[in-house]
Amino acid sequence: MLRYANPANFLWLADRVVPWLGWLTAALAAVGLYGAFFVAPADYQQGETVRIMFIHVPAAWLASFIYGVMTLSALGTLVWRHPLADAAQKAAAPLGAVFTFVCLVTGSLWGKPMWGTWWVWDARLTSVLVLFLIYLGLVALWQTIEEPSRAARAAAILTLVGVVNLPIIKFSVDWWNTLHQPASVFRLGGPTIDKSMLWPLLVMAIAATLLFLTLHMMAVRNEILRRRLRRLSIIAAADEAGGHVFVASAGAAE
Amino acid sequence: MNDHTGFIVAAYAITALAVFGMVAAIALDRRALKKALARFPARESGDDAK
Repeated sequence: MLRYANPANFLWLADRVVPWLGWLTAALAAVGLYGAFFVAPADYQQGETVRIMFIHVPAAWLASFIYGVMTLSALGTLVWRHPLADAAQKAAAPLGAVFTFVCLVTGSLWGKPMWGTWWVWDARLTSVLVLFLIYLGLVALWQTIEEPSRAARAAAILTLVGVVNLPIIKFSVDWWNTLHQPASVFRLGGPTIDKSMLWPLLVMAIAATLLFLTLHMMAVRNEILRRRLRRLSIIAAADEAGGHVFVASAGAAE
Repeated sequence: MNDHTGFIVAAYAITALAVFGMVAAIALDRRALKKALARFPARESGDDAK
């Protein structure tokens, strides 16, 4: 496994794995959507609107999961100073922002017909909105600092500070009196959802996770190429000037 | 369906747009990077992220 932490080996692996992951994601999404629309019955209270849950719940799961991936990558950056950890952090932030956005919008589209309102400032919704803002802040931070290893360290610190929000999101429905319903899948005592709705939901959650892994691998591959381009551009500029250059992001003299 | 069909369609449409948007953005980024890297054929080496 550690062998693939080398960027060149990662590129080799990504080129071979990404197409398979993509097709597996598409196949699972097709099965999940079939279950969501043709197997799962309308809910006795929510009616057909329950169909929104099959995308809202996986998006909510990914919003937190991606932040967990970023947290591990941040540790890789700060503890081991590994360039692949930097690339993994940077590549995950915009994906996390998009999935959190999907979670918020689909939740709102479910809330209007079910709760009678697009939005309430309850603890669950607010903490997920805070997560979305943290993602946007991280994306902006990566754009602000030009030198990649400096940007990675700054982003890693912000990521580790923001991780306190994850347990708040998870337990907000238990700690406070919220309009958002408590956990119904991952809970002590087992899921409270009927099997006919549970399996399509789980398949959709696995498909969403594989989608993220596919996109993340593709985006990390791009980050590796971006670093290669930056390094080659600096070397070319130095050659033109007739001198040697220290590539700060590389941490090695060229 | 019912009178909530619009909400369901909107939720799936926005999700589909977001997913295709991410795929397209990453694919276009890769194409641009490959194009830019093609200017340095002799210099490409294996230690990419360094």
